[in-house]
Amino acid sequence: MKAPTAKSSAARRQFLFDSARMACGVGLLGLGLGLYAKQARALPALALRPPGALAEDQFLGACIRCGLCVRDCPYDTLSLAKPEAPVATGTPYFTARQIPCEMCEDIPCVVACPTGALDHALADINQAKMGVAVLIDHETCLNFLGLRCDVCYRVCPVIDKAITLDHQPNLRTGRHAMFLPTVHSEHCTGCGKCEKACVLEQAAIRVLPPQLAKGELGSHYRIGWEEKNKAGHSLIDESEMLDLPDRMPEGVDLPGHYDPASGKTAPARDLPDGGVLAIPSKPPGLGDSP
Amino acid sequence: MSAVKRAGADAIAAKGWVIAHKWLILRRLSQFAILALFLLSPLLGAWITKGLLWVAEFTNSPDVMALYQRWIDSSLSRVWIVKGNLNYSYTLGFLPLTDPFVAAQSMLAGHVPEKLGLIGLLITVLFYLLFGGRLFCSWVCPLNIVTDAAGWLRLRLGVKGSVHLGRATRYWIMGMALAGSLLTGTVLWELINPVSMLHRGLFFGIGAAWMVVLAVFLFDLFVMRRGWCGHLCPVGAFYSLLGRWSPLRVAAPARAACNDCMDCFEICPEPQVIRPALKGEANGVGPVILAANCTNCGRCIDVCSKDVFTFDLRFNNPVSTLPLAAPATDRSARV
Repeated sequence: MKAPTAKSSAARRQFLFDSARMACGVGLLGLGLGLYAKQARALPALALRPPGALAEDQFLGACIRCGLCVRDCPYDTLSLAKPEAPVATGTPYFTARQIPCEMCEDIPCVVACPTGALDHALADINQAKMGVAVLIDHETCLNFLGLRCDVCYRVCPVIDKAITLDHQPNLRTGRHAMFLPTVHSEHCTGCGKCEKACVLEQAAIRVLPPQLAKGELGSHYRIGWEEKNKAGHSLIDESEMLDLPDRMPEGVDLPGHYDPASGKTAPARDLPDGGVLAIPSKPPGLGDSP
Repeated sequence: MSAVKRAGADAIAAKGWVIAHKWLILRRLSQFAILALFLLSPLLGAWITKGLLWVAEFTNSPDVMALYQRWIDSSLSRVWIVKGNLNYSYTLGFLPLTDPFVAAQSMLAGHVPEKLGLIGLLITVLFYLLFGGRLFCSWVCPLNIVTDAAGWLRLRLGVKGSVHLGRATRYWIMGMALAGSLLTGTVLWELINPVSMLHRGLFFGIGAAWMVVLAVFLFDLFVMRRGWCGHLCPVGAFYSLLGRWSPLRVAAPARAACNDCMDCFEICPEPQVIRPALKGEANGVGPVILAANCTNCGRCIDVCSKDVFTFDLRFNNPVSTLPLAAPATDRSARV
């Protein structure tokens, strides 16, 4: 190997110095960008992605910000995020309260997407999951106040599946029913028509990203009545079930109480047949045991 | 104010203003025509509809009315000439074009485009391989108009001094954007890319992007000469690499006629690319500008009063371009 001359050694040092400087400078820029990218992933709750959009962290790698989905949306629902918007710059989104998704059957926005950021596997718009509607404010919703507004229910494109009206007694008046709009997340596409149509100054029902709107059971949880329906019988031997004695103050008896030890129900007061039929006293799951 | 000769003045005197701005004019036409195609799309159909209706009502002719009816019934009245933006566009429902730098970042982030996206990528890559990657910079990119304006104003105002930064910085930034896309799983440079911010802004609402564009303009004007396009922009760096071996080049076949007026160096956005070709006679270097950073803008062709430069093919690159016979005396006379 040739011994380095003073000149070549100086040149090499200069090269290393320049490279290190460049790597540090550009590395800092990259660090800033990376942190910014991390922030950009936090999509605000009310900004909804078009139908078929991949999960947010996937979406930001697949979407090339071309705006073809915006162009092919017939209802001007979608727009591309401007730099000052709290959505990653240039990506498509919509705000349900302004213009909701009309759920076109041919889903032109998905067809137009050149990258699959909007998943082309989505062929049925009813399978879209742009978000989940949540009746978020029970204090101002007119139906919760006992009125028959029903607007969110009426405008729902998946009426009677995604939103149903659940009847509850109105305990305030004691003589009326309340018709409570109830969202069923497996059918809700998150189109946002309910949020758009809500008659309040601020919508009581809002479309939120599924991960915000949904709880999740522990993976080991089994819902007894569903398992029973699936299996055709209860998964446990109900005759072996132990009902520990209720801790009642001494000398007190509980009218209508079912005692599994004797299999007898204590008579209820003031009722002609002892109240056995009138009071649902048996705990769920034991109703049909002998 | 100044007795300083403006770059290109000789050329204007020798060839006339139009010829001395020929490529500049063509370039601006190209840039604005591309913008117009994107911009006119939604409007053009509506204008024709209005025009036909007006003519039909004015002439009260059933023929024109029938024509109008046929027009609004036809899909032509709703056709978009070009949809999308520079990252991906779809022309006349027929021609997809995908920006290769954005596609590269997206693919590094772990996503392969759909069929149309891939076809568009193939078309742009082939095009720029043939015609020079940085043709994009000088003939298509809308930010080039802004930085050219800053460069022009910088010369006009005589802004002296420029922050020094190596012209290789852009490659570092490009590498950072690609590696960052791989690491973060996002299309990283698109978060701040002023080029796509400007182009998208023009057609989808500009928002605060004008401030980014203004920042680039002021940076080029006061901080660094040819700072953005010539030093920092990773998009241009990527296109440089893409067009590294492209056949279409600017060459200086008449370099023997050069009178060292320096106008081409003054006007060139990447002046370092000129010297090897223009002054290569003594070193046995051919007259074709082979440097990847040349943007094929042709401005040097415009401003040369001696017609030294021309567009040529890279293969047309003899080591010596000395005139063979009589011009030798001509040359000595000039010196």
